[in-house]
Amino acid sequence: MGIVEAILLTVITAATPLVLASIGELVTERSGVLNLGVEGMMVMGAAIAFAATQITGSPYIGILAGIAGGALFSLLFGFLTLTLVANQVATGLALTILGLGISGQIGEPYVGMSGTKLQPIVIPLLSDIPFLGPLLFKQDIIFYVSIALVIGVNWFLFKSRAGLKIRAIGDNHGSAHALGIHVIRTRYLAVMFGGACAGLAGAQLSLVYTPQWVENMSAGRGWIALALVVFASWRPWRVLAGGYLFGAVSISQLHAQAFGIGIPSQFLSALPYIATVVVLILISHNRRMTQINTPACLGKPFVPDR
Amino acid sequence: MKKIILALATSAAVLGFAAAASAQDKTKICFIYVGSKTDGGWTQAHDIGRQALQAEFGDKIETPFLESVPEGPDAERAIERMARSGCAAVFTTSFGFMDATVKVAEKFPDVKFEHATGFKSAPNVATYNSRFYEGRYIQGIIAAKMSQKGVAGYIASFPIPEVVMGINAFVHGAQSVNPDFKVKVIWANTWFDPGKEADAAKALIDQGVDILTQHTDTTAPMQVAAERGIKAFGQASDMIKAGPETQLTAIVDTWGAYYIKRTKAVLDGTWKSEQVWDGLKDGILTMAPYTNMPDDVKKLAEETEAKIRSGELHPFTGLIKKQDGSDWLADGAVSDDGTLLGMNFYIAGVDDQLPK
Repeated sequence: MGIVEAILLTVITAATPLVLASIGELVTERSGVLNLGVEGMMVMGAAIAFAATQITGSPYIGILAGIAGGALFSLLFGFLTLTLVANQVATGLALTILGLGISGQIGEPYVGMSGTKLQPIVIPLLSDIPFLGPLLFKQDIIFYVSIALVIGVNWFLFKSRAGLKIRAIGDNHGSAHALGIHVIRTRYLAVMFGGACAGLAGAQLSLVYTPQWVENMSAGRGWIALALVVFASWRPWRVLAGGYLFGAVSISQLHAQAFGIGIPSQFLSALPYIATVVVLILISHNRRMTQINTPACLGKPFVPDR
Repeated sequence: MKKIILALATSAAVLGFAAAASAQDKTKICFIYVGSKTDGGWTQAHDIGRQALQAEFGDKIETPFLESVPEGPDAERAIERMARSGCAAVFTTSFGFMDATVKVAEKFPDVKFEHATGFKSAPNVATYNSRFYEGRYIQGIIAAKMSQKGVAGYIASFPIPEVVMGINAFVHGAQSVNPDFKVKVIWANTWFDPGKEADAAKALIDQGVDILTQHTDTTAPMQVAAERGIKAFGQASDMIKAGPETQLTAIVDTWGAYYIKRTKAVLDGTWKSEQVWDGLKDGILTMAPYTNMPDDVKKLAEETEAKIRSGELHPFTGLIKKQDGSDWLADGAVSDDGTLLGMNFYIAGVDDQLPK
């Protein structure tokens, strides 16, 4: 295995949780809801997935548990902000703090255990393609799902009727409501989709990336995912590009250090952030397009007039 | 009436009476942790020390702690909160808490502060540290014996004296066995991020190292080493569970005895500010069992450990040159502690540029 291949394999592992959490948050935000609790939902997913895997012995049950855990946890956010119309920013921040706390409790019995690593699924024939085969077709199921989700969400938002409704609600919930679209119900579903994706991202952390549980193991990846959504100007393909760019630069800087090229490591550590921001600003430089893509009702509470 | 009592109580607290009042029942010995108490590494070692302290004094003391306190402005708030809550002593257990500890200590002259691994003290700020470099020197020797390629990977956290000293000790130990031994260093710029530590481990292994050592806090690098089938050293706690066939040994921090000694001094009223720097011989630092290595390597490691314990061998004994080729220690000369605690240079043979 060549060094380039080795680097790319590590990049895929590093980028997958970012792409997953971002694509979920993208749908939530497209419906006009700003959920800053991604970090909390992600770390909950990681703890629950690890615990479920240890109890049942099956990482696949662990994945499902992580998804369910993330979705249920986001329901709390939905109830507070959609039904009780609490402030979305404050509730999201609270969700992160709460998630870090509860996940620590859930994971406590499992600290220090070596987990079961999710095994790759080898796709016959395709995996024999030189170079690309082992990279793209000898991966675990979470990677395949992450790519499928980006394709699926892109189609769903821009080609399907339900996606159009979500975008309509995000842009003008008053008009959408007047047209008879169920604003609150749809937003609940969008929030739960975001939670499920963040939970899956968490499961990737504790089952693939580093198969173990340590408290606070998401270590800020939820926040990076949130930033990616904004810099990607709410476009699914750009989320994918941004996630992989961030992963690629993060891993390359580690290799650059090990090669000993003599650039200060503090600068190299900042590079993924700088590179991702610069590139995503460049590809979304058209301000009118960005404005069109930004959900106009993002973060605004909706109280239906009766 | 209630309001008046409340006002009185508040002003009493402000005047510091609250601290005196609570000291009458149970003495509060407080801890500030940089990570979670179950991180499997650095913070867990401190928490085991805290539990030993609690067990020693039982009902006489309370040992509240704050976990996952970020280094920086938040640390100051956390330490101040502890001091204000009536702690008799506050142990701040990370290098990055240094300035915050000194700053808060100025405001609370009656509270004793103990800062781990730093170099700034005050009449009410003591520092304590462990001579980790003794363990790293032994690890270097083992690495040079065990590596087939003659290259080890080193996952470092931040370019502070403590970490630089560790790299130098490791390299010096390795080169005492194999003068051509090389070390590749990656600065993770974090103490705690399992994912990033694992990525660094993978990058080093992909670049051909066959021994891994770390100065970060989680077991993720050990796990990667196990997966890729190379050997590695544990850090701060015994990480054998993460790599039963991978861990060669680990530097295990055993802070309990120190915490008990200092708390006794607080209770007796004999506490005074000191700069304590204990090592293998004082039991503040122990080596996890030497495993996964041939008997002759094990024997060499044990002999080296015994020599350091007895004082016969100081890991930083000349001849040692600095990386730029200038002289540091003449043949047979031993480094003074001050130079080590402020170490900001690599010794000759380190294949990395020190971040400034």
